[in-house]
Amino acid sequence: MSEVLEFDEQVDITDKVCPLTFVTAKVAIEELDDGQVLAIRMNDGEPVQNVPRSFKEDGHKILKLNDNEDGTYTLFVRKVEE
Amino acid sequence: MAEKIDYKALKAGGFMSQKQKGYGSLRLAVVGGNLDANAIKTVAEVAEKYGHGYIHMTSRQGIEIPFIHVNDLEKVKEELKAGGVYTGVCGPRVRTITACQGSEICPSGCIDTYTLAQELNDRYFGRELPHKFKFGVTGCQNNCLKAEENDVGIKGGMTVEYKEEDCISCGVCVKACREQALTMKDGKVEIDTTKCNNCARCVKSCPTDAWVGTPGYIVSFGGTFGNKIYKAEQLLPIIRDKETLFRVTDAAIDYFEANAKPSERFRATLTRLGDDGLRTAVEAAYQDSTK
Ligand code: HEM
Ligand code: SF4
Ligand code: SF4
Ligand code: SF4
Repeated sequence: MSEVLEFDEQVDITDKVCPLTFVTAKVAIEELDDGQVLAIRMNDGEPVQNVPRSFKEDGHKILKLNDNEDGTYTLFVRKVEE
Repeated sequence: MAEKIDYKALKAGGFMSQKQKGYGSLRLAVVGGNLDANAIKTVAEVAEKYGHGYIHMTSRQGIEIPFIHVNDLEKVKEELKAGGVYTGVCGPRVRTITACQGSEICPSGCIDTYTLAQELNDRYFGRELPHKFKFGVTGCQNNCLKAEENDVGIKGGMTVEYKEEDCISCGVCVKACREQALTMKDGKVEIDTTKCNNCARCVKSCPTDAWVGTPGYIVSFGGTFGNKIYKAEQLLPIIRDKETLFRVTDAAIDYFEANAKPSERFRATLTRLGDDGLRTAVEAAYQDSTK
């Protein structure tokens, strides 16, 4: 399944190690305007287990998690301004 | 002072004799790892005035003030008490109830650990038993407080329920679950409850709250982490309410009191007699809730 959603900006955190994985994604979404969508490419394992939830805890809206079938996933998140 | 010093009584009051003659390390009562700022100030003043100006933090969230002279002990206790600080206990009785920060503070938490630690403290702290007896409360499966190293360990969890109509098929929960309990089929999530460990990661990660979690207590019995190491064992399903939880902890502690030989630790009793007696006792206490 590699259904592609529309997005405004993308960031790749597959080359980052914790805690920079989420920090990088967090900085990227901060650059966006309210309602815009960020696509984040991340590795399987800890990142895909934890990064979506951290976005939820920060109040953003998760739209979809796509399995890229190459050991990476792409998460689509809509920015929600606090 | 030529009076004979009763070190056993002192130990019961949290005074641990030191190598240095006449001195002891005074253990303070701390519940769930929290101490308010005024109490900390009082402790600091006492440590400076009577001790060597420092405290020792124990492995179970306790505080000790080393280098208290036995002749100062009563004065020290009074000054501490005036500042709202009480001494802890050592020896064969219920020890400090430890806790992680739990659901009031930690995003991963499933239960309010601090409140529970206070309730357990009111119920059991200092109770005399054949051997020391430790309770630990941890908020979720991450187990920051290491529940299973205690005689009774309590861990927060959730039983989870899927609300299909709220699911947007995003796929996040399937990956968030570390037990491979969830699979996506035709846009719907299916759960294999035999694999679910009640960690609530699905609940915490779902963007639409399509997973509804009901908090509960996962209790394990007979852990030790000293000379001997033994992981406490879970004998019951997750417990949903506090009344049942307390009935179960009462049953466990009563069983220990009734069946242990003098100076025998809970785990040693269970090894000697087997788990069955305890299992029957806690199951009866657990079943009571269904009445
Ligand atoms: C595969 C490796 C790991 C991943 C993907 C991971 C993931 C995460 C996530 C998602 C957060 C939450 C960030 C937030 O909500 O603000 C976080 C926080 C953090 N993690 Fe990790 N974790 C991992 C292992 C580690 C390790 C090994 C360390 C340290 C040696 C570490 C240190 C931290 C720190 C310092 C934070 C920041 C906590 C804060 O915001 O106060 N993590 N990690
Ligand atoms: S055990 Fe769970 S609730 Fe407690 S501090 Fe750790 S992650 Fe938080
Ligand atoms: S509670 Fe934990 S183990 Fe159970 S389905 Fe949810 S994420 Fe998986
Ligand atoms: S995280 Fe929630 S919305 Fe997404 S697939 Fe799971 S249940 Fe559905």
